[in-house]
Amino acid sequence: MTRTPRAVTIVGASLAGLNAAEALRREGFDGPVTLIGAETHLPYDRPPLSKQVLAGDWEPERAALTDPEELEEDGIEARLGVRATALDLDARQLALHTGETVEFDGLVIATGARCRTMPGTEGIGGVHVLRSLDDCLALRADFEAMPQRVVVVGAGFIGAEVAATARGRGLDVTMVEALPTPLSRVLGDEMGEVCAEVHRDHGVDLRTAVGVESISGDGRVERVTLSDGSTIDADVVVVGIGVIPNTEWLDGSGLEVDDGVVCDASCLAADRVTAAGDVARWPNELFGETMRVEHWDNAAQQGAHAARRLLDAAAGPFTPVPWFWSDQYDRKIQLAGRVHGDDEVRVVTGSVDERRFAAIYGRAGRIVGVLGFNRPRHVMRYRALIEQGASFDEALAAEY
Amino acid sequence: MRIVVDFDLCESNAVCMQIAPDIFEVRDDDFLYILNETPGEADRARVEECVQRCPKQAISIAED
Repeated sequence: MTRTPRAVTIVGASLAGLNAAEALRREGFDGPVTLIGAETHLPYDRPPLSKQVLAGDWEPERAALTDPEELEEDGIEARLGVRATALDLDARQLALHTGETVEFDGLVIATGARCRTMPGTEGIGGVHVLRSLDDCLALRADFEAMPQRVVVVGAGFIGAEVAATARGRGLDVTMVEALPTPLSRVLGDEMGEVCAEVHRDHGVDLRTAVGVESISGDGRVERVTLSDGSTIDADVVVVGIGVIPNTEWLDGSGLEVDDGVVCDASCLAADRVTAAGDVARWPNELFGETMRVEHWDNAAQQGAHAARRLLDAAAGPFTPVPWFWSDQYDRKIQLAGRVHGDDEVRVVTGSVDERRFAAIYGRAGRIVGVLGFNRPRHVMRYRALIEQGASFDEALAAEY
Repeated sequence: MRIVVDFDLCESNAVCMQIAPDIFEVRDDDFLYILNETPGEADRARVEECVQRCPKQAISIAED
């Protein structure tokens, strides 16, 4: 019979895991809470890693999400630099990379995701991905050496932010994107093109509809060869081609894994086991769609929800309107909702030419998304309409 | 309780405005304005949600 856990172990010490731990205490849980993290750093915030920290405007300490005193005050035990390697649900035990076995009662899985890499680039200096603080500091050191040319592979949001930060440092940037229009699968062609223009206007050499054949160099990267046969000289390459959820350690655990840990609508994966953040896949009843969301806001909210669900079976379904922001140059781009490339798109306020506007996305008569360029107020207004399940017509008629 | 916003951290993401539009407002100039700095106890849960969900951790509550 299911019951409330007497102790909670959280695997993954980033935003979702930390929010889960803090939510347990907020909800009055007074049993032991243990946070296990593979990185040696205390939990830190990732958004500044592609912006302020990479730009050199912030020292890494400023991205800290907590400190030892705060953790102690909240009675949260952090075990850092320790990776979970296996889960035994029957024995309710975790295996750690140290060879140790630890018992758990309640469990939150928040192991996040890792960057996809380009095969064949292992061991070539100057080829980076950007996910962790260590990734960021390594890339920052390469930026500080004033390279002649930076090549960004992938014009998604991470690639776009890295390109913007590199341009801000005065570096030459070429960005390579396999799709004809960057972000077209996420924003549609029209809005993807607006994002592309922002980069061109800031001097990025944007190459679209072309893949990367190879990244090569003698010990250190020298060139990127594209699928059309052309080459680009490069001293630094940043690969931003998506992430893979960290679920391998759950193989054989009996938990269902399908591009993430499969949960029910309340984020429950098994008896007294929940999942949250980039690693969790769950049916979002608001959209009638199963999703895995890689946004900051989702990690924070889902972490808290996963904790509440452990304490209370009546915590209910997790039904957020996914939302994220991306700062590039002097633009704040925000997207809320669940957008597909073929949704109907209408600009509802501002001017696309001035890159200060909001556009809403409709599908099957409903408003399903809103995109803002320097329009945070409007994004949040329309986000509320999405949450209410408003019709597209209603949203078009709204005045904010 | 008194609401304190660190405007050096605030990036006007407007998350707080969606949770509590009667307390926080991001205006057309893209700046955040606090409409009610000293909300009553009835608003505490919402303000705490704003504190927790602010992407820049720019909001705090002072008890004075």
